[in-house]
Amino acid sequence: MTQTMAVRLRGIGKSFPGVVANHDVDIEVRSGTVHALVGENGAGKSTLMKILYGVQKPDEGTIEIAGDQVVLHSPADAIQHGVGMVFQHFMLADNLTVLENVVLGGEKLYGIGDKARAKIKELSDSYGFGLSPDDMVEDLGVGQRQRIEILKVLYRGAKIIILDEPTAVLVPQEVESLFGNLRELKAQGYTLLFISHKLDEVLAVADGVTVMRRGTTVAAVQPKDVTARQLAELMVGSELPSPSTEDSTVTDDVELSVENVTLAGAGERNLLDDVSLRIHRGEVLGIAGVEGNGQTELVELVMGIRPATSGRVLLGTEDITTWSTAARRNAGIGYIPEDRHRHGLLLDFPLWENRILGHQDRPPTVRGPWINKSGARKDSQRIVDQFDVRTPSIETTARALSGGNQQKFIVGREMSGDPVLLIASHPTRGVDVGAQAAIWDHIRDARRLGLAVLLISADLDELIGLSDQIQVILRGRLVGEFDPDTVTPEQLGSAMTGAGEEE
Amino acid sequence: MGKLDLRRIALALAAPVLAIVVALVITCLILLAAGSSVSGFLSTIFSVPAERNVINILNNASILYLSGLAAAIGFRMNLFNIGVEGQYQMAVFTAAVFAAQGWLPGPINVIVSIILAMLVGAIWASIAGVLKVTRGVSEVISTIMLNAIAVSLTAYMLRKVGVSTGSNLATEEIPRDSWVGGIKLLSGAPNELLGLSLLAVLGGIGYAILLNRSKFGFALRATGTSASAAVASGIDVRRMVVVSLMISGAVAGLIGLPLLFGNSHSYGTTFQAGIGFAGIAVALLGRNNPIGIAFGALLFSYLTEQSNLLEINAQVSPDIVAISQGVIVLAVVIAYEVVRRYRNALEQRQVAAELSTSAPSEATPEATR
Ligand SMILES: Nc1ncnc2c1ncn2[C@@H]1O[C@H](COP(=O)(O)OP(=O)(O)OP(=O)(O)O)[C@@H](O)[C@H]1O
Ligand SMILES: [Mg+2]
Repeated sequence: MTQTMAVRLRGIGKSFPGVVANHDVDIEVRSGTVHALVGENGAGKSTLMKILYGVQKPDEGTIEIAGDQVVLHSPADAIQHGVGMVFQHFMLADNLTVLENVVLGGEKLYGIGDKARAKIKELSDSYGFGLSPDDMVEDLGVGQRQRIEILKVLYRGAKIIILDEPTAVLVPQEVESLFGNLRELKAQGYTLLFISHKLDEVLAVADGVTVMRRGTTVAAVQPKDVTARQLAELMVGSELPSPSTEDSTVTDDVELSVENVTLAGAGERNLLDDVSLRIHRGEVLGIAGVEGNGQTELVELVMGIRPATSGRVLLGTEDITTWSTAARRNAGIGYIPEDRHRHGLLLDFPLWENRILGHQDRPPTVRGPWINKSGARKDSQRIVDQFDVRTPSIETTARALSGGNQQKFIVGREMSGDPVLLIASHPTRGVDVGAQAAIWDHIRDARRLGLAVLLISADLDELIGLSDQIQVILRGRLVGEFDPDTVTPEQLGSAMTGAGEEE
Repeated sequence: MGKLDLRRIALALAAPVLAIVVALVITCLILLAAGSSVSGFLSTIFSVPAERNVINILNNASILYLSGLAAAIGFRMNLFNIGVEGQYQMAVFTAAVFAAQGWLPGPINVIVSIILAMLVGAIWASIAGVLKVTRGVSEVISTIMLNAIAVSLTAYMLRKVGVSTGSNLATEEIPRDSWVGGIKLLSGAPNELLGLSLLAVLGGIGYAILLNRSKFGFALRATGTSASAAVASGIDVRRMVVVSLMISGAVAGLIGLPLLFGNSHSYGTTFQAGIGFAGIAVALLGRNNPIGIAFGALLFSYLTEQSNLLEINAQVSPDIVAISQGVIVLAVVIAYEVVRRYRNALEQRQVAAELSTSAPSEATPEATR
């Protein structure tokens, strides 16, 4: 039986100033399947999906949805044709409820009252989302936020759902439940199209895979016919470098110590509860945990963005508990924030000005009270070259870079100026496998020279592969220490959810 | 490249020109509806100003420019400083009273008065800043309130220290040796360019350097576009709010000085008011850009000057020009957006065209790098 095609894109081309994001793209997605789109950072995946969702207009090529050729002028058109999209960066209003977020912009569908509420409950129940309409979004974790985004799309009647890197922000358990949701949706006849850099996942859940390279589609394969390695090689067009393991470089000098730190929350429970940890020079301390268990707070506390309610923070032997963020940065703390758009970049500023951000008190980006334009430009170019940031130039605005390339630039910036301590929240979130290995190498090199790293990651392989010591955080407390040489992802996973913990 | 740059400049000018055309059309429609003479209006507005009017235009533009700068500094931080009006009234009043004492000799008296005016403007603005960072009071509301207070306060103080000359109540006159002479710019004009209008030039240069070259300016622009990224990068946002409002207020403090030292020599009930609000419009029109604001200030000043003739030449009330000015500001906001989209589309098409002329299989990998 020939299955109908939910989506067929032919000869799609799209250029931005200085960049061909897509050219000669052909892709076919059978309806009622889960289809994955993979490729390097900047390969053009997000752009292609934005074209299918009517956000970007293609310069050339045709779009067929369910057999009909269509022209999409806007997302509203795409939704008319049953296409919905969940973006790489969530677009929810924190201070609104689930109901309000879902209904926002779709008031005409089911109103804003009981009918809307009933519809949301119905959708949430039938696909096992477990969302209640009146929860405030700011109280929800990433997994739940993502389900709201999906629900928004379903609510608007989409039959074809695009998800841009949905698993990048999730820990393994959440990935599992997301895939459970996707399978449920597939069984109900929905077509799902998702982008991912995690090739194992792709092979586990997709029915078909399309590979993009340098703006065009280079292969369409069946998961059963390829391995993750082969897929990666299709993506980069050459063999992958294999990350090397290394001897420990941990020294006896303590670089960061957090002593009995408590951070009171608005409710009864403390956001951080009597947390103590030590990182030595040349050591990577990994923090494992389901998002929303105090990682953000711990990082912001070390960065001086939130003051501790009690306890001390020491850098070397210096008590920095009351230091400002600027003072801490100037003392040599690098910071890769978890949300690159909100905390890491000035999206409408050129790259070279983004090089100054967070380094506005140190050469080479400044000279006395003045900005050193040529210094900032030169050093930005160095980052672009060294970290393989794919961009037409350093004059390009940060917004125009693909997600992974934005991330690479931030990592490069925060590792500039020989930091003594690097606070890295999800340093490789959204970067492709090749670039991930490169970033790991950069961190390892710096570690050998004495860098101490506090690593927060949802990627357990990254945690295990990079850390010298792993601590598990749960409800604001450090609940277990593991040796990365012996621990398995499964053990970590159950410690993270508190399974096996005596109540 | 040269051709492209010319086109860039043309595009940059397209938005304000478009806005002005739209505003003129709307103004004409209003005139038609009111049964007034459209041709009379147009010929008066577009008549070549006499030399003395040119000087007036320049004088008023420099004052408007200072006001526009003050507003723009706030805008760049995402702060709506509506309080420029109150800040400059307070400042010029203080400067007038101080300078009139004649405690200091000639030019020194002027310089100290200028500094004093800036200080008073800064302090008055800082009240709004402190309220915002400590109590979360919106600067829009607090500066509006502070305007009202400033107006009453200066009126009250004027009654205390002022002297009456006819129907006008004013502060004492500044000693003659502290008057700032004018600049004879056009030989045919009976009037002169106000000496302190040069403050506008200095202010514009200072603004451009501060914003684009200094660390402080970077922090200001960063905070204005993303407060969250500013915090993460170590910028003290609360301090930035207070300091930038103070700088805005200090510049506002200059607004009244060219007239005070060059023309009226005292502050009284008839002293020019309302410049603070016009500055907001001028800053919007100029997109907070130092040259753009100058353009906006000149345009507004020109329209106001020409409108004086409307009553006589075309039997049209000069108020119609206030309407035009309002429409220009509205239209310009829309026009900037339209032009921005057009420019994006144009650039994309250009790149696509450039790349498709070279062999696509070769060009593409390079371009994506
Ligand atoms: N709005 C834009 N303006 C200019 N260039 C853009 C814009 N959006 C994307 N690009 C460029 O198009 C190319 C493809 O970007 P895209 O975001 O589609 O990559 P991607 O495959 O999603 O990468 P990633 O895995 O890093 O998210 C990149 O070189 C990027 O810099
Ligand atoms: Mg992307």
